Amino acid sequence: MSTTETTYVIPEKRVITTKPRFSDKVFRGVVTGGGLSSLIILGLIFGFLLYQGFDIIKSQGFDFITTSSWDIAYDEAGNVISSEFGLSAMLIGTILCSFIAVLIAVPVSVATALYLTFYAPHWIKKSMVTIIDLMAAFPSILFGIWAYFILMPSGVYWAKLINHYLGFIPAFANKDRYFEGSPFIASLILAIMIIPIITSISREIFSQAPLDRIQAAYALGATRWAMIKAVVIPHGRNGVIGGAMLGLGRAMGETVAVYTVLNLVFAINWKILFGVGGNVASLILTKFGEASAYEIKGLMAAGLVLFILTLIVNFASDQLVRRFGGKGK
Amino acid sequence: MSTENNGDKNNMETTTTPSSLSSVASASKRKAINSHPMGTGLEARGVHAWFGKHHALADVSLDFAAGTVTALIGPSGCGKSTFIRTLNRMHEFIPTAAMAGQVILDGKDIYDPSIDVTKIRLKIGMVFQKPNPFPSMTIGENVLSGLKLAQLKTENKDDLLEECLVKAGLWNEVKDRLNAHGGSLSGGQQQRLCIARSLAVRPQVLLMDEPCSALDPGSTLRIEETIEELSSTMTIVIVTHNMQQAARVSDYTAFFLSDGGPGQMIEVAPTNEIFARPRDKRTENYVTGRFG
Repeated sequence: MSTTETTYVIPEKRVITTKPRFSDKVFRGVVTGGGLSSLIILGLIFGFLLYQGFDIIKSQGFDFITTSSWDIAYDEAGNVISSEFGLSAMLIGTILCSFIAVLIAVPVSVATALYLTFYAPHWIKKSMVTIIDLMAAFPSILFGIWAYFILMPSGVYWAKLINHYLGFIPAFANKDRYFEGSPFIASLILAIMIIPIITSISREIFSQAPLDRIQAAYALGATRWAMIKAVVIPHGRNGVIGGAMLGLGRAMGETVAVYTVLNLVFAINWKILFGVGGNVASLILTKFGEASAYEIKGLMAAGLVLFILTLIVNFASDQLVRRFGGKGK
Repeated sequence: MSTENNGDKNNMETTTTPSSLSSVASASKRKAINSHPMGTGLEARGVHAWFGKHHALADVSLDFAAGTVTALIGPSGCGKSTFIRTLNRMHEFIPTAAMAGQVILDGKDIYDPSIDVTKIRLKIGMVFQKPNPFPSMTIGENVLSGLKLAQLKTENKDDLLEECLVKAGLWNEVKDRLNAHGGSLSGGQQQRLCIARSLAVRPQVLLMDEPCSALDPGSTLRIEETIEELSSTMTIVIVTHNMQQAARVSDYTAFFLSDGGPGQMIEVAPTNEIFARPRDKRTENYVTGRFG
């Protein structure tokens, strides 16, 4: 008990709240609906893929992602006698191509974004931004056709050069001298397709670099490049990584352009210059047109795996940014 | 050139009213000029400045003798910040900005095309209104960042680090946490960190654009003491809205004013004279607080 006399009674704590206005309620409902709808649509797609592909995953088990084959045997009546589905070559192909694409695209995009933000004259900047945004909206089948007829021959030439000088590195080996339709060429076209995304996000974040720090760097006698290294890159690093991850997601899901150039084979191939590759999305496109009802289930299961792979990669990259980013903000 | 005693100047017959700050101004010590080998000071010759079509500053000619502190005062929009930014070529970073006239350091026009502008900014440092340390760098890295940015080499980084922080009056507060991030300091400490950072590249001239306007009175006082100490080794130009501050820290004061047109320099004189016996009626109105 306290010795001093209390002259007041401790009151009930008040509930602090404000009665929302009708217009607030309506607006809240609209934005909540918008926010949830994307989640619901994503959930429905996931449920659909799970439902369709469940049988296959159940019968194949882990073999579905660790083996590499796509065989179905039918009897004369068209019933399935036996089937073997395995995605490992396709999965590795998807991951390999998209990572190489990001490796190629990030330096190009960052350089482009820096040029547009800090070096380009106003009129070049304006027209280039429009062109790059247009590039992001360009149909992928046109990228694919262009890549097949125009990029492939030069890509093969570069691949031969790399092989000639760096062929002693296992990844660049190509004993069979078969260069067409390699993961390298698929990566090149993927890189070209994701450059607009990464450039546009990098440009946005670079242009938000705080002016007072930019001025501080210049006032200390920095050259433009020294200023960029000290201020703009620390500020923009996380944004660039975020852009690269968006690009990676796009590259992993890209279907038509890869289908057009890549030589799809059910064999794991780490030699990026060798014309044998895999890609889950392209596999689905290849098989979908003439698949039986049963095979469709297999393709849906493949879609489910791609979906989960994309989620994992996005989640992992998010963690990566959280752990190693943060500085410079 | 000796230390003057201006104690009796207030009693002298003047045609204008002395400002209440004249006693503050005359109390601050007048120091011997050019007693240190610190270059030849800075000269502005007929400086004009534009932003697009807007003529912001007209025909300012002003000498900053080596080792002096010059305060630029005047109401908002009179062009004093624009002027100080022409002195180390920061003005040109604003798109559409243009200038005319000359700014002469060591006998050379700093706007001459043959001049390496990054070298000019090393010789003429700048402290900004808002403290702007690099948040990704530690306190120590911040102080030495100028060396890295300008690719300068130094014999002993630790000595330089301590010297600059001592001069900026921050050493005692941060000596045990030089590896903490610059953003962990208070606003006043951050501003002194920015001063230390400017000192590390050993400028001849230090430009300060309202360095205390975002700070509390205690931090302001510390920075004014810092300015006092620094003025024995370099030329300082300070823009301030605080006339008390101008009276306390500066040897010379220049009054800027815009009458709707471009800003102009109305009057420049030793600080005690500006506050005690301004020659121009407009200066008098401003320093006595009748407008502005």
